[in-house]
Amino acid sequence: MAEALELTADALTMEREWKTPDRGTVGIIFLIVTESALFLIFVLAYLVYIGKSVVGPYPKDVLEMPIAATVCLLSSSLTIVMAEHQLEKNRIGPFRLWWAITILLGLYFLYDTALEWKKLIYVDHLTISTNLFGTTFYSLVGLHASHVTVGMTFLLLVFTVSLLGFPIETQKRRVKFLSWYWHFVDWVWVIVFTVVYIVSAR
Amino acid sequence: MASIDYPLERPAVSLEKGFAQHLYEWVATVDHKKLGLMYVVSALLFFVIAGLMAFVIRLQLMFPNGHVVGPDTFNRLFTMHGTTMVFLVGMPLVAGFANYLVPLMIGARDMAFPRLNAFGFWIFLFGGFLLYYSYIGGSGLYGAGSAPDVGWFANAPLTEKAFSRGHSTDYWALGILVSGVGSIASAINVIATAFSLRCPGMTLSRMPLFVWVMVVDSWLILVALPPLTAAQIMLMLDRYLGANFFNTQQGGSAVLWQHFFWIFGHPEVYILIFPAFAILSEVIPVFSRKPLFGRAAMVGAVVAIGFISLGVWAHHMFAVGMSSWSNTFFAGSSMLVGIPTGLKIFNWTATMYGGKLRLQTPLLYCCAFLFQFLVAGLTGIMLAVAPFDWQLHDSYFLIAHFHYTLMGGLVMGIFAGIYYWFPKAIGKMYNEKLGKWQFWLMIIGFNLTFLPQHIAGMLGMPRRIYTYAPGRGWELWNLLSSLGAMVQFVAVACLVWNLVHSALRGEPAGDDPWDGWTLEWATTSPPPEYNFEKLPVVRSSRPLWDMKHPHDPDWKYE
Ligand SMILES: [Cu+2]
Repeated sequence: MAEALELTADALTMEREWKTPDRGTVGIIFLIVTESALFLIFVLAYLVYIGKSVVGPYPKDVLEMPIAATVCLLSSSLTIVMAEHQLEKNRIGPFRLWWAITILLGLYFLYDTALEWKKLIYVDHLTISTNLFGTTFYSLVGLHASHVTVGMTFLLLVFTVSLLGFPIETQKRRVKFLSWYWHFVDWVWVIVFTVVYIVSAR
Repeated sequence: MASIDYPLERPAVSLEKGFAQHLYEWVATVDHKKLGLMYVVSALLFFVIAGLMAFVIRLQLMFPNGHVVGPDTFNRLFTMHGTTMVFLVGMPLVAGFANYLVPLMIGARDMAFPRLNAFGFWIFLFGGFLLYYSYIGGSGLYGAGSAPDVGWFANAPLTEKAFSRGHSTDYWALGILVSGVGSIASAINVIATAFSLRCPGMTLSRMPLFVWVMVVDSWLILVALPPLTAAQIMLMLDRYLGANFFNTQQGGSAVLWQHFFWIFGHPEVYILIFPAFAILSEVIPVFSRKPLFGRAAMVGAVVAIGFISLGVWAHHMFAVGMSSWSNTFFAGSSMLVGIPTGLKIFNWTATMYGGKLRLQTPLLYCCAFLFQFLVAGLTGIMLAVAPFDWQLHDSYFLIAHFHYTLMGGLVMGIFAGIYYWFPKAIGKMYNEKLGKWQFWLMIIGFNLTFLPQHIAGMLGMPRRIYTYAPGRGWELWNLLSSLGAMVQFVAVACLVWNLVHSALRGEPAGDDPWDGWTLEWATTSPPPEYNFEKLPVVRSSRPLWDMKHPHDPDWKYE
């Protein structure tokens, strides 16, 4: 009997002290893992087909380094951290400000991509069907841009509900996950930028 | 273990619910058990459909110069058979078993993301319907329709617009892509559930091996399925936007498709076989009355497979003409993956050795798995030797090899699991006598079908031929093979009858008919929606043993 009681007390302590990782954290980490695998294949396809186009235009003739867009996207990773920081301290005003800056930086990136594609299509006559460069370029950069767009949609959603008076400070966890996703999209851009604008355009 | 409490009452079921209400309950459910059952039932439905296709294939090949179906229909039959078995039978079985059992085994009330879970199931089913809609809409409604006929691995450039007109290939790519989204959703869910929702005391080292295997399986899904998704997106870009990924005229590479497909395709074999590994690791100990032999080594082996199997894909491509360095590398890595697999077979056998065996249907199927999967492993090692593969590549020897893996291995393991957990999920006992009948018919039929195919293959019979001329020595083996298919047909009919009849008229099973050791047997059969009235607290890897034997609990020795 004494043993049984001892066990129960023991079990209660175990129950109280039991800790497991947060499910959202685990979920978002493995979402990023699976997305990385998807990007990896498109990057590989791009690398394999470098220099294999049978007709022009070729990367070194038409690609210009999107320096401004890259700076914008990468600094948006910093501004979103600043926003999170303010949210942590429940300072909604500064949070909205940093969040808005993040959105503007992201939007500039997308705008710049649109301009780049317009130039490539109308001036250089490079489309997805022109050659292997066009095929791999538009699909890789497009896949990344589509991820930026998804991230942007959620950024705008958070911003809008916050402006409408929704108590965003109750959603710190979800804001954190969104910011992780945004960081992921930025890191993918570093790889895409290196592969497309540095390696293949040399 | 005083804090594991049995729920006091069975869940109250109102008898006044109408059909519409029942339907609504199932369609709108986010309960992991209902979703798990729906996954398994839809997998079994697709299993019967794809099985019937195989049956027609065997009828066509029963005698030389067969006239049952024409060559075009034959191409569609083997394409749809393979695609269905892999993506609409194997994958939902993974998700179904994981969904039903993982939360119960770790003492949780549901999956980590119940609504994502429901989304995963319905998007999978939609993908399945999309694939089968090709029979109606395959040639864009101009003609009578046609199913995909490009084979289950859909080699480029056969799938390009120039060679594959109409829309049947689009249905293949889209249907699989969409159902793949469901698999990804379910895999993320399983991992998050296993990491985050374990009940107090359920450390990773105490987690049932079933859950471990399912976690590694989900990991493989997350890293191996995206390559297929990517390749299918590229194929769709080629077909709809005129991209050139696999367009050889513009320098595109057909071999690249093969690489991308098999980077997915080989891990996929392990994704499919893992549920059988998981089931054996639970059924064999309980039916041998012994704890699993070498538990830590089993976990290690499964994790090792989860990594090594990512680096062996090009053994499907020895005949492509890769460099001899690549051939050597992939032959070597393919043999390497045989080591942890062999270790698992050894440990299961060692668990049975000296045990008090209860030779009931679940254990019988486990034994069949051990024998047949061993044969599959041995022919697999043979095919991993590149020069040997050059001789028998794409012959019936290969067909025999992977049917021993997937039918002799996976399906037998799944049958063991279905019989083992049927009493838990339905609350009724299956008919043991009919189960044994099905077992003997199944293994006789299965071996009669696929053992002769090894010989037909070595005599030079290639896969995917719709008929053959007499006088090559293939007649007898094909005849035996087709007769075996008929025996299997009867066996599967026995299974379906057994499940349906027992679900309606079976004896009540009780909560713990097998005297089990994992937590799913600690609740009622079927479990209530909330699984456990009070979350259990666990102190060893056999929590139910501890509860049943308070004077000799496992945790004293762990
Ligand atoms: Cu393989």
